[in-house]
Amino acid sequence: MDGALPLIWRKFGERYDLDGNKCGTCGTAYFPARAVCPKCRRKGTLVAQKMPKKGKIVTFTELFAGPAGFEHETPYFIAIIELDNKARLLSQVVDSEKEKVKVGARVEKVFRKISDIDPEGPIAYGYKFKVVG
Amino acid sequence: MIGIVGYGAYVPKYRITIEEIARVWQKDGKAISKGLNVKEKAVGSLDEDAATIAVEAARKAVSHAGIEAKNIGALYVGSESHPYAVKPTASIVADAIGASPDLTAADLEFACKAGTAGIQMCLGLVGSEMPKWIEYGMSIGADTAQGRPGDALEFTAASGGAAYIIGKKNEEIIAEIEDTYSFTTDTPDFWRRPHAEFPRHAGRFTGEPAYFKHSIGAAKGMMERTGTKPSDFDYAVFHQPNGKFPIRVAKMLGFEKEQIEQGLTTPHIGNTYSASMMLGLASVLDKAKAGERIFAVSYGSGAGSDAFVIKATKNIEKNRPKPVFELFKEKEYIDYATYAKFRKKLKSL
Ligand SMILES: [Zn+2]
Repeated sequence: MDGALPLIWRKFGERYDLDGNKCGTCGTAYFPARAVCPKCRRKGTLVAQKMPKKGKIVTFTELFAGPAGFEHETPYFIAIIELDNKARLLSQVVDSEKEKVKVGARVEKVFRKISDIDPEGPIAYGYKFKVVG
Repeated sequence: MIGIVGYGAYVPKYRITIEEIARVWQKDGKAISKGLNVKEKAVGSLDEDAATIAVEAARKAVSHAGIEAKNIGALYVGSESHPYAVKPTASIVADAIGASPDLTAADLEFACKAGTAGIQMCLGLVGSEMPKWIEYGMSIGADTAQGRPGDALEFTAASGGAAYIIGKKNEEIIAEIEDTYSFTTDTPDFWRRPHAEFPRHAGRFTGEPAYFKHSIGAAKGMMERTGTKPSDFDYAVFHQPNGKFPIRVAKMLGFEKEQIEQGLTTPHIGNTYSASMMLGLASVLDKAKAGERIFAVSYGSGAGSDAFVIKATKNIEKNRPKPVFELFKEKEYIDYATYAKFRKKLKSL
């Protein structure tokens, strides 16, 4: 478990603040950051960029049986979210009433615990989203 | 001039009523609620802790101040529910808001007043000749306060956070901190030993020799040093372990009910511990107009109080955040079973 720590730690920027990148050539935003723009290949010029904190739900599902570490959180929603710059990511949707979680709903990033399985181990923090308005 | 350049408040969405907690323990909920002057309390969700609450409050403060987070040179988090016994909450917050790595950071603990001790530290650092490079300091009070199931504390122990950014540019300061004074003694009214799940307290002993003695000691000392009296202030805020104590201490000191109403948050969301007085002050700042003066006193068991004399500047009216009382309205009620799950009160969780 602790052996995976350096890997998690290197992703703090991504998990804490949606650090991604953007292709200066075609303007496409990527999250997580990519090494190469798949559209422009060698002509692409990728620059670091923070993703916008708001977006909308593209598709979602309600989970009744969670994976290890999430058993007690069920039922909960996970959704594909399209950020305002068109980048897409998968995230848990929290603090949102069932009837408000739907395709097209506006969502906003929140900072939450992602996993806290081992009471003596490290706590992983990162982004989740909640429906706004 | 030195003072507040921005503030942020965060209250989790979930609420449990005092009557619901009383129902489980077969107690008279109506009488308890009335006795404490608390209707319901805010409860953090399963994935919230003092660090996530601190981050949310800090982000709002940065956005309200309109500053670059990387210019924050000192960051302190006061809490009695830091997620780690060893490993700072402050470094998590600094990273999450983009203040890393050029800053000093540390966690503070002084029961419910660690966050205001952090404000005092920021005042010192921001105003200091050495180091000179600290432009802004941030102090946060954040807690997911816990009460042992069935204990009297369970009716009020709540979750919430408030963050303050201290700066020294006249054009940015929304409220000048004119002076501060503290009153501290070794008083064992409330404590939690390492590895203990829930805090313990000395029952009635927490009132007169603890809360009242220190709040009054700090308040009187502050007024003496600044040559002020209660009628010189438009608002007064005190620590709020329940909805009754702050009203009583205000009366004992000679403040009127009208001066303290805007800063009373515990009747609506419970005692948010390190955030309690800081949330009350945020609510006062939501309303305060240029030139109005605020008297603020925190209290932390163990025991001590920090007092502040604050004066709103004309900048306060330029850019107001969403009022604290509006945040209270974004809520969803939960039952005791959900509450027990959220706050991990069952050992198997
Ligand atoms: Zn491209």
